[in-house]
Amino acid sequence: MNIKSQKDFFAGLMFMGVGVAFAWGATTYKVGTAARMGPGYFPLMLGILMAIIGAVIIFTALVVEAKGGDKIGKWAWRPLFFIIAANVVFGILLAGLRDIGLPPFGMIVAIYALTFIASMAQAGSKFKTTLILATVLAVGSYLVFVQALALQFPVWPWFITG
Amino acid sequence: MDLISNLSLGFGVAFTPINLMYAFIGCFLGTLIGVLPGIGPLATMAMLLPATYALPPVSALIMLAGIYYGASYGGSTTAILVNLPGESSSVVTCIDGYQMAKKGRAGPALAAAGLGSFFAGSVATLVIATLALPMTELAFKFGPAEYFSLMTLGLIGAVVLARGSLLKAVAMVLLGLLLGLIGTDVNSGVARFSFDVPELTDGIGFIVIAMGVFGYGEIISNLAQPEHERELFAAKVSGLMPTKQDFKDMTPAVLRGTALGSMLGILPGGGAMLSAFASYALEKKMKMKPGEIPFGQGNIRGVAGPESANNAGAQTSFIPLLTLGIPGNAIMALMVGAMTIHNVQPGPQVMTSNPELFWGLIASMWIGNAMLIILNLPLIGIWVKLLTVPYRYLFPAIVLFCAIGVYSVNNNTWDIWMVGIFGVIGYIFIKLGAEPAPLLLGFILGPMMEENLRRALLLSRGDWSTLVTRPLSAGLLAAAVLMLLVVLLPSIKMKREEAFVED
Repeated sequence: MNIKSQKDFFAGLMFMGVGVAFAWGATTYKVGTAARMGPGYFPLMLGILMAIIGAVIIFTALVVEAKGGDKIGKWAWRPLFFIIAANVVFGILLAGLRDIGLPPFGMIVAIYALTFIASMAQAGSKFKTTLILATVLAVGSYLVFVQALALQFPVWPWFITG
Repeated sequence: MDLISNLSLGFGVAFTPINLMYAFIGCFLGTLIGVLPGIGPLATMAMLLPATYALPPVSALIMLAGIYYGASYGGSTTAILVNLPGESSSVVTCIDGYQMAKKGRAGPALAAAGLGSFFAGSVATLVIATLALPMTELAFKFGPAEYFSLMTLGLIGAVVLARGSLLKAVAMVLLGLLLGLIGTDVNSGVARFSFDVPELTDGIGFIVIAMGVFGYGEIISNLAQPEHERELFAAKVSGLMPTKQDFKDMTPAVLRGTALGSMLGILPGGGAMLSAFASYALEKKMKMKPGEIPFGQGNIRGVAGPESANNAGAQTSFIPLLTLGIPGNAIMALMVGAMTIHNVQPGPQVMTSNPELFWGLIASMWIGNAMLIILNLPLIGIWVKLLTVPYRYLFPAIVLFCAIGVYSVNNNTWDIWMVGIFGVIGYIFIKLGAEPAPLLLGFILGPMMEENLRRALLLSRGDWSTLVTRPLSAGLLAAAVLMLLVVLLPSIKMKREEAFVED
């Protein structure tokens, strides 16, 4: 069997899988009847519907001819990794990670880390320009979010704020 | 006259220096971010939402509405000057607008977009003000069955108008509905799909999904493409004023666009994008005057019409939200999220219980439009400068704003982890060609739909026919079925595919 549309095939697979998972999860709650719906009723209905539609999408992906196989193409691992990593490291540095006993480093340090990690998502970033960008963002964020909007952030590392 | 007294109440609220200032800041920030290529109004609003937390509800909504108009308008500027649509509704503006810019007529193109939008916005404000009262009265006739059917209609509308495969859009809506159900069930108190994670019992934050999917997902996929050679016609923005002939050409297009946009915006699932596409199609169908520049080569009607239409549509799409409490598209879904944060439950009761907010918001729409004209035409130089900022400086800043934005909702790092997960999911959606906007709408409507279906079936003792025996509900469902059938008609199906391939 040939996959005619790669994108649709895997999208269908995803929908079917997630649909089945939700429907299966819904059965662990009380389903009830239409007149007295339990917490499982609506998600069970939606999950089954989604699984069916996922199956139909898979079917059409196998049958209906698509232009050039509708390939998914290469995954952009580099930006994917660095953008998400920048986000996660920002969170860890901002507020610390209690589970492993890491104290908060605060917003300023977190912004520098985020900018440097995110910049690596694209080839050819230069240390100096990234440093300038990070400084601009740190100062700007401090003025806007902390001073002007008075949002509650840990700003400085734990050893400064004590 | 009720209308006059209501509007004057609204203007009384909106014309206070504080609210004027917030409207201004909103428009300014919205344009600032919206001008940047690849960032649509949805991402802009999600990103700037934290800036409104500290404000009183009226000011916050006024500012947010300003951000929305600013971002939409900024998107048009980018479309005209660099041929990069910042959002789906300015895709059609690219076609003729960019050609005009290429011929050194960027100024008149920008002015046509601006003036057309302002006119359309003014008319749409009046449309909202007149329709608000009767629509709210209608809303009080709605029972749970009608609400359920209306939401179904809205979701079908979103599906029909989504780009790409219809089936995938339906599946995305369902996925959104399911994600919306995560968390504590209001009726039974059971925490659903929360895997014993305390943060998940409150459900997934709307902002988290919006920023993850529309912020991170988009950035990752933008970075995967080689940086565009941006041909910028900045130097040629001289002489903003359109010629007399331009005015003559664009006026009917503006009028038609406004009428079309005002109507289509009210439809569930409608809004800016549909209006712009429809208007461009209409302009193309109109008879050409002798000596007129053909479409696709810089016809001013191809800019003025769709720009007016998308602005009118953007505004009238507030009608279902403000009167029925049902968001018609993903952006309105975000407005619901914002209103909930400020403890305003959108729906027909807003007008009676909170008239200042209701009419103030409507009046601010007109003010916002006026500000856009003031901001955009003279300040065009600044926006042009912004366009020259390379993406490599922009995207770390966007990542930062997203991360700070989600954190500030609950001051909890949990949301930062979640936005990362949804960033990955968003990128997967893009790779699989699944348009995420319907998901967002489904996410907001999920709990509402369940609640109304539950009530409707409780009242009918489990009889599903209640959805079709009540005339209003039957009518709404019939409209939904009709919409689906129309799209599935082979001839329309082709047109739909054609209309959405341009990006």
